[in-house]
Amino acid sequence: MTTVPIENIRNFAIVAHIDHGKSTLADRLIQITGGLAEREMVEQVLDSMDIERERGITIKAQTVRLHYKARDGKDYILNLIDTPGHVDFAYEVNRSLAACEGSLLVVDASQGVEAQTLANVYQAIENNHEVVPVLNKVDLPAAEPDKVKQQIEDVIGLDASDAVLISAKTGLNVGDVLEAIVHRLPPPKGDRDAPLKALLVDSWYDAYLGVVVLLRVVDGSLRRGQRIRLMGTDASYEVDKIGVFTPKMRDATELGPGEIGFLTASIKEVADTRVGDTITDDKKPTAAPLPGFRPAIPVVFCGLFPVDAADFETLRAAMGKLRLNDASFTYEMETSAALGFGFRCGFLGLLHLEIIQERLEREFNLNLIATAPSVIYKIKLTNKTEIEIHNPVDMPDVVRIEEIHEPWIEATILTPDEYLGAILKLCQDRRGSQVDLNYVGARAMVKYNLPLNEVVFDFYDRLKSVSKGYASFDYHVTEYRPSDLVKMSILVNGEPVDALSMLVHRTRAENRGRAMVEKLKELIPPHMFQVPIQAAIGAKIIARETVRALRKDVTAKCYGGDITRKRKLLEKQKEGKKRMRQFGKVEIPQEAFIEALKVDV
Amino acid sequence: MNDRSFGVYVHWPFCLSKCPYCDFNSHVRHSSIDEHRFAAAFGREIASTAARIGARTVSTIFLGGGTPSLMQPSTVGAVLDAVARHWSVAPDAEITLEANPTSVEATRFAGFRAAGVNRVSLGIQSLDDEALRALGRRHTAQEALAALRIAQSTFGRCSFDLIYARPDHTPLAWEKELRRAVAEATEHLSIYQLTIEPDTPFATLHEAGKLATPDPDTGRAFFDVTQNVCTAAGLPAYEVSNHARPGAECRHNLLYWRYGEYAGIGPGAHGRIEHDGERWATSTERNPEGWLKRVESLGTGIIAHDPLTGVEMGDEFLLMGLRLTEGIDPTQYQTFTGTPLRPDRIASLVEDGLVAFGGSRRLRVTPTGFPVLDAIVARLAA
Repeated sequence: MTTVPIENIRNFAIVAHIDHGKSTLADRLIQITGGLAEREMVEQVLDSMDIERERGITIKAQTVRLHYKARDGKDYILNLIDTPGHVDFAYEVNRSLAACEGSLLVVDASQGVEAQTLANVYQAIENNHEVVPVLNKVDLPAAEPDKVKQQIEDVIGLDASDAVLISAKTGLNVGDVLEAIVHRLPPPKGDRDAPLKALLVDSWYDAYLGVVVLLRVVDGSLRRGQRIRLMGTDASYEVDKIGVFTPKMRDATELGPGEIGFLTASIKEVADTRVGDTITDDKKPTAAPLPGFRPAIPVVFCGLFPVDAADFETLRAAMGKLRLNDASFTYEMETSAALGFGFRCGFLGLLHLEIIQERLEREFNLNLIATAPSVIYKIKLTNKTEIEIHNPVDMPDVVRIEEIHEPWIEATILTPDEYLGAILKLCQDRRGSQVDLNYVGARAMVKYNLPLNEVVFDFYDRLKSVSKGYASFDYHVTEYRPSDLVKMSILVNGEPVDALSMLVHRTRAENRGRAMVEKLKELIPPHMFQVPIQAAIGAKIIARETVRALRKDVTAKCYGGDITRKRKLLEKQKEGKKRMRQFGKVEIPQEAFIEALKVDV
Repeated sequence: MNDRSFGVYVHWPFCLSKCPYCDFNSHVRHSSIDEHRFAAAFGREIASTAARIGARTVSTIFLGGGTPSLMQPSTVGAVLDAVARHWSVAPDAEITLEANPTSVEATRFAGFRAAGVNRVSLGIQSLDDEALRALGRRHTAQEALAALRIAQSTFGRCSFDLIYARPDHTPLAWEKELRRAVAEATEHLSIYQLTIEPDTPFATLHEAGKLATPDPDTGRAFFDVTQNVCTAAGLPAYEVSNHARPGAECRHNLLYWRYGEYAGIGPGAHGRIEHDGERWATSTERNPEGWLKRVESLGTGIIAHDPLTGVEMGDEFLLMGLRLTEGIDPTQYQTFTGTPLRPDRIASLVEDGLVAFGGSRRLRVTPTGFPVLDAIVARLAA
């Protein structure tokens, strides 16, 4: 494979909301340009993980190199970088965008612009991208391409007069998309003779190849056997293999400026490769590295514990494997009086948490309990030092605390206006303050400042439920603010259950405490004695319920003929008890830990 | 060779009609039943069981059902003779027959006595005629009491059954009825809370919302009334639902609860037998005619014959033994399972007053514990 003239290369990303047809369009582009034979096509070829396909979301960046003979008769290389469409992965979106010169903004012509689209398209514009609006699903009866064009102009401020109207599903006008990429997006710029300078876009662990690095060459060229240096980590490697994705991996001998491809170089761990790092020649390095990115830092934390204590080592190994491919997921060992041995884990957001938990359960056949999600609190102590905590268990004694600061976010929500009232109430209830509210046709766009700790508790679920799934949501962390937070403990039979304690705002503690003890009362089965359930701040009880004692639970008749049947019932009961957590004398069903945290207040 | 207790249970699977609460293996036949053929089959199954387990001294025999009092006394005699032909029967063996308290069946009592039966258990169930109709019984209270008197004068020992928490029953009405019952000068009473068993007519009514069961508090009130009235009458509970004058306990049922050895003979009968160094759970074909054919062609009606694991024996031992006020010997549990009962679990149950240690380090459930026995067993077994 020879390198291509740089003016015939186009690197582009697709920005779209979930379900607006990004993956279908990518499938169609691959199909038309002959990247995969018909028999190799599966739906959403770029979404290689089961969870990605099922949830219709992309988690890791994927690229595909398309060969396209344009209507002008020239051959072009089109590199598509697929980007995650979810707010938790904004960071990964950004680095994918940094590797391209242009973007397709795909909007569902029947749904219009959504909050996440908005955030991602702004990122594209910040990256100096040329953006081509593409209206998808124009074949649907509900499609309103003119209204949506107007919306793109009003909300985003992009000229949508030349938007391409397509149906990725039927293939209608998809050829025009390819032409628009060739003629409306700029070719990359770069100097072939300069020292190698390439952007490390992503990396992952492959069982056969070891660490695979996805990269974009900016200047110079990259060859097999070349000795390279990662400037950020200052480590050097010899390149074993280079190539491109078609979307299958295909070897190449050289990658020139503007090209996107991969390399392997006997790199041991994904952790050795920092996303955003600059790859250069070891002997003839580039003068200045690329600007790079801020590292992705976990903002949501929770404990994950195996339901069956015997699975602890399996869980440790499984987390190690996931971490190989996802450096933004962190974990360290934790012990809980209620849940035994487990791990305190950090995530980019709630969806990231859900995905990791689901992958652990599905791919490693584990059954897990997650504790209350928490954010990072900054605590100023009376001795003038400051600590950060993300586990309520680590909260220092109140007399040592001078002030607690919590992270705030700016949230953008787009919704059909009939749900606006309910959404405003939800945001107000979560201690939010409105920043902005305006209308685009029948859709409202509202911006709120919200404490992140109010959002990590089922905010998405509530938003989805009050808007019947029509509202979209995006956020970014803005600042830390001092806050009147208290540690609320839940006591079962007089003893605090560490896995259920949390930091909450003082004004919200009583409602949340009441809701949690009421829920726990439903979930904890009657015991042979009465079981008080209390919510407390320090020594002060703020809510209380009691699970009444069993009054009668005895088999009336039991003779010789019944023994086998009664034993089988007992065996079933014993099996059920394995799914309970022994807490002092009380057995708490594992779903209680999960459900109690989902209470709506 | 074996001086431990050994019991023989014989199941007569026929009734004149099926009671709507009953889930026992009982069948109604409209043509006459060939009792000779059944007697011969009981004999063959007893013979094959004896061949399998070897010599035993039979301490108790229990003829249950169905309605064994529908058997001709000669059939009962033939079955008892078969037991005596293959095993030795202890001179003081307890031989119980379950009987319905109708005037027709009472006429056979003398014949049963002559055949060797020395104890009867009468299914009186209630002393209220309306309740008897609701329970599908074929006798009135007056008829039942008359049958009881005949039984008392015929057999040395006599027990009867009662059911409480019937449709529209109240603890107050029950207390009055039970006081009348204990005044009948009997030595033994079996008193059950009505239980809705799956696949019975009562279960269908219950699911349709046409038959209410008491809430836990009322259920508890019925139970407490039962304990109080019986204890005051000198008939304390020796098992969850069984009351007797001291010394008048049903020895056959004690054998079950003490997790002893017994053979199950007849359709749908269960056994726990010991041979070849193991303890086995046996059960036979439930359908009477199917059982008959199996026995006639194979010599036995057994369809399941499984060795019990240590844990299974431990579970069964707890399930049965803790029903008795005398409790269990915890070391026996360890003999079955290889591990002791968890001391922390016992300690917390003791602390809550639900179990206690009695004489000779026996572990027993307290009067506070009995109403929640199933939860205690689950706690100890898990």
